[in-house]
Amino acid sequence: MSDTHAQTVPYVRDTMLSPQDPPSSQVGVTKWMRENLFDGWVSAVLTVLAVAAIGYAIVHLYPWFANSVWNADSLTQCREILDGATGACWAVIRVNWLQLIFGFYPPDLYWRPVLLFVLLFVAIAPILFPSVPRKVLWFSALYPFLAVWLLWGGSLWTILAVLAGFVIGYLVMVGTHKMGAVVSVGLTILVPVAYWYFLAGPLASGINSVVPIEVTPVASRDFGGFMISVVIGVAGIALSLPLGILLALGRQSNMLLIKWMSVIFIEFVRGVPLITLLFTASLLLNYFLPPGTNFDLILRVIIMVTLFATAYMAEVIRGGLAALPRGQYEAADALGLDYWKAQRLIIMPQALKISIPGIVNTFIGLFKDTTLVVFIGILDPIGRASAIRATSDWQGVYWELFIFIGAVFWIFCFGMSRYSMHLERRLKTDHR
Amino acid sequence: MKKTVFLSSLAVAALATGMASATTLEDVQARGTLNCGVSTGVNGFSAPDANGVWQGFDVAVCRAVAAAVLGDPMAVNFVPTTGQTRFTALASGEIDMLARNTTWTFSRDVDLGFTFVGVNYYDGQGFMVPRELGVSSATELEGATVCIQTGTTTELNLADFFRVNNMSYEPVPIETNAEAQQQYLAGACDVYTTDASGLAATRASFEAPGDHVILPEIISKEPLGPVVRHGDDQWADIGRWTLNALIAAEELGVTSANLEQMAAGTNNPEINRLLGSEGSLGEMLGLDAEWARRAIAAGGNYGEIFAATIGESTPIGLARGLNAQWTQGGLMYAPPFR
Repeated sequence: MSDTHAQTVPYVRDTMLSPQDPPSSQVGVTKWMRENLFDGWVSAVLTVLAVAAIGYAIVHLYPWFANSVWNADSLTQCREILDGATGACWAVIRVNWLQLIFGFYPPDLYWRPVLLFVLLFVAIAPILFPSVPRKVLWFSALYPFLAVWLLWGGSLWTILAVLAGFVIGYLVMVGTHKMGAVVSVGLTILVPVAYWYFLAGPLASGINSVVPIEVTPVASRDFGGFMISVVIGVAGIALSLPLGILLALGRQSNMLLIKWMSVIFIEFVRGVPLITLLFTASLLLNYFLPPGTNFDLILRVIIMVTLFATAYMAEVIRGGLAALPRGQYEAADALGLDYWKAQRLIIMPQALKISIPGIVNTFIGLFKDTTLVVFIGILDPIGRASAIRATSDWQGVYWELFIFIGAVFWIFCFGMSRYSMHLERRLKTDHR
Repeated sequence: MKKTVFLSSLAVAALATGMASATTLEDVQARGTLNCGVSTGVNGFSAPDANGVWQGFDVAVCRAVAAAVLGDPMAVNFVPTTGQTRFTALASGEIDMLARNTTWTFSRDVDLGFTFVGVNYYDGQGFMVPRELGVSSATELEGATVCIQTGTTTELNLADFFRVNNMSYEPVPIETNAEAQQQYLAGACDVYTTDASGLAATRASFEAPGDHVILPEIISKEPLGPVVRHGDDQWADIGRWTLNALIAAEELGVTSANLEQMAAGTNNPEINRLLGSEGSLGEMLGLDAEWARRAIAAGGNYGEIFAATIGESTPIGLARGLNAQWTQGGLMYAPPFR
């Protein structure tokens, strides 16, 4: 620096200014509002409109919630209590909540579904969280049998006889695995099926007549409410993932027959609305089966819902498989892994991780789709709600029931969604 | 995969136990319960109460048949059916009889292969309008918007009625009664039309029933009755004569209060034949002598059932009208028990 400026600048301040507060428009609430709510006139108009809409909703909905009536035996009583004011009549939920949850399940046996619901979390814990001891997986494997036994009741021996079929299948598989894949797989499937068909029934009833271990049987038509949604939903979810994986692999298979069967199945089922499949299950099957046969309706529905979800699941997983770089397959081959080992150790862990959002999406969709069974006369929460509204006591109640049902479904679906996000974070291995 | 196998093996087991080929009566007696198809919920006719026990006018018919055949009015499995599933459920044998306010029509009786065993309620399609509209007759409904449930006979009746009277209307198609109620109250339509019994039940549930009027015109015949499968005449007879027994009991003055006393024997031979102290009518049906006595004991005679489920003392408040005994100017007319 030359000292030119020393002569040209008439005045140089030699003390610092004391720091000032920033202008009020740049700090705190004002700044936040300026940036987020009134940033330009479009934003300002939208903000005003939104506030007006929220205000309008609150003004109109608040009294409805604030005046809620919880203790009444009928809508008429609710109206008497409200005495002309608007208000929700939640008494309909308080009076009927057991019906909404269990349907016609015998009240003295409510402990069975409740116990199963609690145990469900024990059974899925080792699948959901790696910190749970692996030994609990044995319980997870047995859980479906326990669930069928406790839900439908009847003899424990029937369930054990069916379970024994899997042990037989396993023993056959171990015993025959040196005889070549086709023979081994064929026998592993045929022997247990033959056993189930011919032996399991007489065996179970035989043992049961000697050592009866029975709980009160409950017919399928007594199931209802959220119980049926959860039963169908959980069974569908548990079955559709493994079946979907198999179908996705089948669709990518080099074996033409398997490939085309998978493609036809997926495209057919995806091309048909679920409601059509449900009607088929409840109506058409009755015509195909011999008269007088009693093929359990809930079982039929579970099968149809599972098939439906399986087709979607297969496509979701195929998306995950397609996203894997070719190098992963080649690396697996280079390690000398056979097909199943490569799938199990290299391909599937990665493909499934990629597919998690899609898989959970399908699960949530499936769970919500269970309400469609109302159209075939199963009294799920929606159907039970209509039946409640059909009584003289509660005819005219509308929003309360739907809000309650919606809230319960939301809790389930939101739970699944949060878990999937947790899972994605846990499995995140990249460094993005 | 294995789980599916497991489930299908269960199915096979269920299939094997469900095999049966006897007559419906033998099936029902062997099973010990009557499978009765009802609606998924129609106020007053069939709906489960807060304890999950089915109640209603149609339900009472099921209970009477169960009492006659099995001796226990509670030995009924109620199978909820929708408008679409009801006939298949009956045809496939899933239910033994259908008591689901089903209109007796030619094609259902003849073409679908069912037998209507009688009429337990004579209904007809009516209109409900808000009182402030100032309409007093259905012929003044020119240009009205009409809430109507789709896929029912009421839809066709409506079209016929407006065409015959040379009027125009605008339909608002709606799926269920509950939804129709909301739409009507919200003002989405001027008129709500469905069976008159349904209108009365719906109006009874309104906050201010007095603000709505049901117009006097009834534009269709809807004879509602229990249905059984074609081809098992014995079972049809049981259904028909159980219903007739309830109707005849009212005509003959047999009520649940004086039933025991009358069953001991009266000086009216028809009552004696009905209640089994004389003759062998029950035997001819393949039942025992006291079948009708049990059927009446289940819920009272026809008039008592009517009064308890949908009659004027209930919130639904239906007058007997066409459903009064023939001696009272109605259509309820049971053939003689002889």
